[in-house]
Amino acid sequence: MTALPLETREDIGAVLRLRLAGFVRSLRDSGFKVGLAETQDALVLLRSRLSGRPASLRTAYRSLFCGRLSDWQRFDEVFDAYWLGRGVKSGVKVSGSSRAKGMKTLRELVDARGQRQETIAGDVERQPGEEDEDTGETPSGRREGASIAENLGQVDFRHIQDPDALKKAHELAERLARSMRVRLTRRDRQKRKGPRLDLRRTIRHSIAHGGMPLELIHKGPRERQLRLVVLLDASGSMNNYTGVFTRFVHGILDNFREAEAFLFHTRLVHVSSALSERDAGRALDRMGLMAQGVGGGTKIGEALADFNRWHAARVLHSRTCVMILSDGYDTCPPDILGAEMARLRRRCRRIVWLNPMLGWEGYEPATAGMQAALPHVDLFAPAHNLDSLAALEPYLARL
Amino acid sequence: MTQTKDQIALQLAEAGYIADEGLATALLLTGMLGRPLLLEGEAGVGKTEVAKALARLEDTELIRLQCYEGLDRSDAIYEWNYQRQLLAIKAREGSGADAESVEEAVFSEKYLLERPLLAAIRKETPPVLLIDEIDRADEEFEAFLLEILSDYQVSIPELGTVAAVSVPRVVLTSNGTRELSDALRRRCLYHYVDYPTPDREARILLNRVDGLDAKLALQIAELMGKLRKEDLVKVPGVAETIDWAAALLGLGVKNLAEGRELVFDTLSCVLKTREDSARVTRDVTDRLLGKVA
Repeated sequence: MTALPLETREDIGAVLRLRLAGFVRSLRDSGFKVGLAETQDALVLLRSRLSGRPASLRTAYRSLFCGRLSDWQRFDEVFDAYWLGRGVKSGVKVSGSSRAKGMKTLRELVDARGQRQETIAGDVERQPGEEDEDTGETPSGRREGASIAENLGQVDFRHIQDPDALKKAHELAERLARSMRVRLTRRDRQKRKGPRLDLRRTIRHSIAHGGMPLELIHKGPRERQLRLVVLLDASGSMNNYTGVFTRFVHGILDNFREAEAFLFHTRLVHVSSALSERDAGRALDRMGLMAQGVGGGTKIGEALADFNRWHAARVLHSRTCVMILSDGYDTCPPDILGAEMARLRRRCRRIVWLNPMLGWEGYEPATAGMQAALPHVDLFAPAHNLDSLAALEPYLARL
Repeated sequence: MTQTKDQIALQLAEAGYIADEGLATALLLTGMLGRPLLLEGEAGVGKTEVAKALARLEDTELIRLQCYEGLDRSDAIYEWNYQRQLLAIKAREGSGADAESVEEAVFSEKYLLERPLLAAIRKETPPVLLIDEIDRADEEFEAFLLEILSDYQVSIPELGTVAAVSVPRVVLTSNGTRELSDALRRRCLYHYVDYPTPDREARILLNRVDGLDAKLALQIAELMGKLRKEDLVKVPGVAETIDWAAALLGLGVKNLAEGRELVFDTLSCVLKTREDSARVTRDVTDRLLGKVA
């Protein structure tokens, strides 16, 4: 990149165009959504004055090619790998971590004034990129699916016992989702009574009465659909159910316009994107990859804490029903689970806890974790077979 | 386009916004490529301020559309003034005017109520159009917006297509409450606004709080940096820092280390939930101060 030919400013060479095309391809390979328009704009930038300064071009391309935070965080890596031939992972580049060239830092200015004070110096002069070392996480430690890198053995979700039962579970989930979904109306609903007069419709109706607005039509707030957030326990103790439940969750995500799914064992993994795959088999495959570590221990409390901290603000609102599918065996201290459940409770409309063990004869939810969680649960129901799932339908439809 | 990003950064600073290199470049590009700029980031990092500063910099009007759930065309683009239309029809009843001319009169410019989006494309000098918190609006609205942002024209059935007189500089902000569509993201330039570095935050403080000493500004900014790394429910934004700095200044604090008591007592400026207040105890404050001062 440093060798950008300046003389080609007017008409950049074919070689450079090819290189740019290659860069766009490598961005696409890395999951960036880059279209033709962006490529054309990139060419415009290459022809502009920016091309004389590689650093500026990088910044410009970052704005142009990135569409979301995850792109933003990965851009430098792809850029370096392609243009500089480096496989190095560079630090996360975020706004505020660089300053305009030529500007002295305020610290330098203060120091220059001779006001340097030993007490303020300390660790402040570290570069922003280093700041993360003491917390051990990137500035926005919200990268989802962080466990991908964790090599705890792969689990294939296709090893599911009874295909017929699965198919039924999938169908049932679909029906459930459909009954829960409120039809999205594009405009406000027409109402006989309401806070606002719908003059547009009133006038239209007045035509029938020779222009006299005899019928007054009101608008009311439209009904909003429910959002469903599923937290699925995929720990070892749930092994026998995970297969069916993942199909169930896939069915829900398939049908619900507003649904998010998370999976947890010793950590929390956001799996909505994997499950949004239409094809169930492929979705489960992708999820299997994302959810390495399935079948291990359970830290429900910590998983919920992660959820509350990093995801709740984005995925929860006042019309959200949180569905937790878990047996409640938690290796965390129960008070963590209790506190996190209380937090969760405050942020959503309803919490439904589905426990497969509840269907067992003589089972009492006596585990400390379950005991701590129960006071915050609106519905505690069994989910050990298809019938028990079906029994939920009327309840969920009423939400 | 003769401006460079450094010039933009400088002008922004004069307009009251301390931008970093990336943001300055992104703003430069919005002018060069004519694309809207999508700013994402946590609440309170100053996304909205960017648009305001841009408007001041360009010395042009800022038109703001605050998005919310249920926002629709008539709130954002245009609406007919039905009451006046009805009156006009009534007034013409006895005049013997034929229906067509009445209709033409009634569906004319005079009875059209401009909403922010229509207003923005009909200005002589290109304004800055701020579409704030686009993630709060519904997906349907996002689709409308896409249409306007790609063609800069609005079709009004009774009047025909209204093309843009000038193309506004568009800034969209999002807090990430809802995932935006890929189509919208692709249409825009993207910039992720993070919490400022202590240095930048101190500059912001100096810019916004009159009479603040640079040393104190740095101390406050550094303390805020540490505070944001604590496990807080509501991470304080830049606006909170500004409030706090003003409060400390008002109370006559010259040095955070000397005013420990006051620092602790005024933490309510930055901690906005009960849990956070409970978490940041006197000890925690001392620990943070120890690192800073």
